[in-house]
Amino acid sequence: MNRIVKLVLIDIFKNKIVLAFMLILALLSWSSFALEDNAAKGMLTILNVILFTVPLVSILFTTIYLYNSSEFIELLLSQPIQRSKIWKSLFAGVSLSLLGAFLIGSGIPLLIHAPGAMGLMMLLVGSLITLVFVALAFLSTILTRDKARGIGLAIMIWLFFALLFDGIVLFLLFQFSDYPIEKIMIGITALSPIDLARIQMLLHLDVSAMMGYTGAVFKEFFGNVQGLLISLLLLALWIIIPFWISLKRFIRKDL
Amino acid sequence: MITIQNLQKSFGKLPVLQQVNLQLKRGECVALIGPNGCGKTTLIKSILGMVLPDQGHILFNGLPIKNQHAYRESIGYMPQIGRYPDNMTIGKTIEMIQEIRGENQPADEELYEAFQIKSLENKKMGTLSGGTTQKVSATLAFMFQPDVLILDEPTAGLDPLASELLKEKIIKEKEKGKLILITSHLLSELDDLITEIVFMQEGEVRFHERVSELKQRTGELKISKAIAKILKEQNK
Repeated sequence: MNRIVKLVLIDIFKNKIVLAFMLILALLSWSSFALEDNAAKGMLTILNVILFTVPLVSILFTTIYLYNSSEFIELLLSQPIQRSKIWKSLFAGVSLSLLGAFLIGSGIPLLIHAPGAMGLMMLLVGSLITLVFVALAFLSTILTRDKARGIGLAIMIWLFFALLFDGIVLFLLFQFSDYPIEKIMIGITALSPIDLARIQMLLHLDVSAMMGYTGAVFKEFFGNVQGLLISLLLLALWIIIPFWISLKRFIRKDL
Repeated sequence: MITIQNLQKSFGKLPVLQQVNLQLKRGECVALIGPNGCGKTTLIKSILGMVLPDQGHILFNGLPIKNQHAYRESIGYMPQIGRYPDNMTIGKTIEMIQEIRGENQPADEELYEAFQIKSLENKKMGTLSGGTTQKVSATLAFMFQPDVLILDEPTAGLDPLASELLKEKIIKEKEKGKLILITSHLLSELDDLITEIVFMQEGEVRFHERVSELKQRTGELKISKAIAKILKEQNK
């Protein structure tokens, strides 16, 4: 393994926050299954827990970690290492530790209580969401030098996708309820990684019937293999594009 | 060894370096002097690739450094204010840089011994005084036997004993034929070290001269007085 990734992993492991995150995820996941009488309901609870906590912890932890590593980054820059390698290694280190926390914390209860396609799908979606918000944190860190502004921006991004975006979607739904906007709604969900993940999971949990006609349209689009691949691809783009922009900016940054 | 051609850099609207041209050769010990904010540190950081110039080129051994990183293997850099991860101990920091450099040649541990860093090994970087941080920076700069040493205000913050040890080490390395680039405000300290002077002001190189020529031209024996005389003449 690359030396810088190893250093980052050791550093994160020592600071114990990620371990605490893992324990909290484990606690929430185990208790969701214990409280609900069937696994499908438990899954639904876990889905909401994951879509709420994972993005928040991923984006905040990564942003703060990157700002606190500014000395480390500066030290590395005067050494014979490629700039892009420093940034990519940081991404790999932070992602691996957060993914590890998620897969151990939520993964074990999920695979025990809901083995098979559903549990695996949830793990895949959770992992992608983790990476999306790590990538968004890299972007918000590089956009501003000021720590308070950078962390503020990270919180805004999370608030927007976790709460505001849904509000806007609901508003649109009610305003244009007389028009056939179901197809447009599919396009709009692509604009929020959390909604992409949520819809993908809801369709797999077979609760889309509760969403009425829109649910049916969603089911038709996202429910088949093609739709599944498209939504995974969109999530992948949500990782690649923010990180790629941040990498380009990091390479041109004065330190 | 290092050639700088028409280097230009501005931070926002503020120009920091304007048309800087320099030629630095092996075996020279160059002092980069000038008032605060004249662009010395920016110039040094440009050579290290930490600041990217707007225009112009920097050649290291004849090759442009743009987007390169391997050339930094031959540079030892001692920053003005060393910034290290607060939670790392001195020992770990040195170990980390050694691991990253991964060089095969034996480490130069003369300064490590001279500054008695061994006894401080378990202290965290965040708790160190400015002077001790400088000692760590100096040790790291010299550790990998680089061909070029770039020292930004090396003696600022060091106690007289440590600063004397560092000066001896600089002279020793100079005699091995390395290129040494120093910035300093303490001109009196430089007298027995340097062979060349580069004087910068407002982002421009005002003059670049051999010390012996400078002293001859001004008829002064001390560098500080020679510089003062030139500045006075300019102001007239």
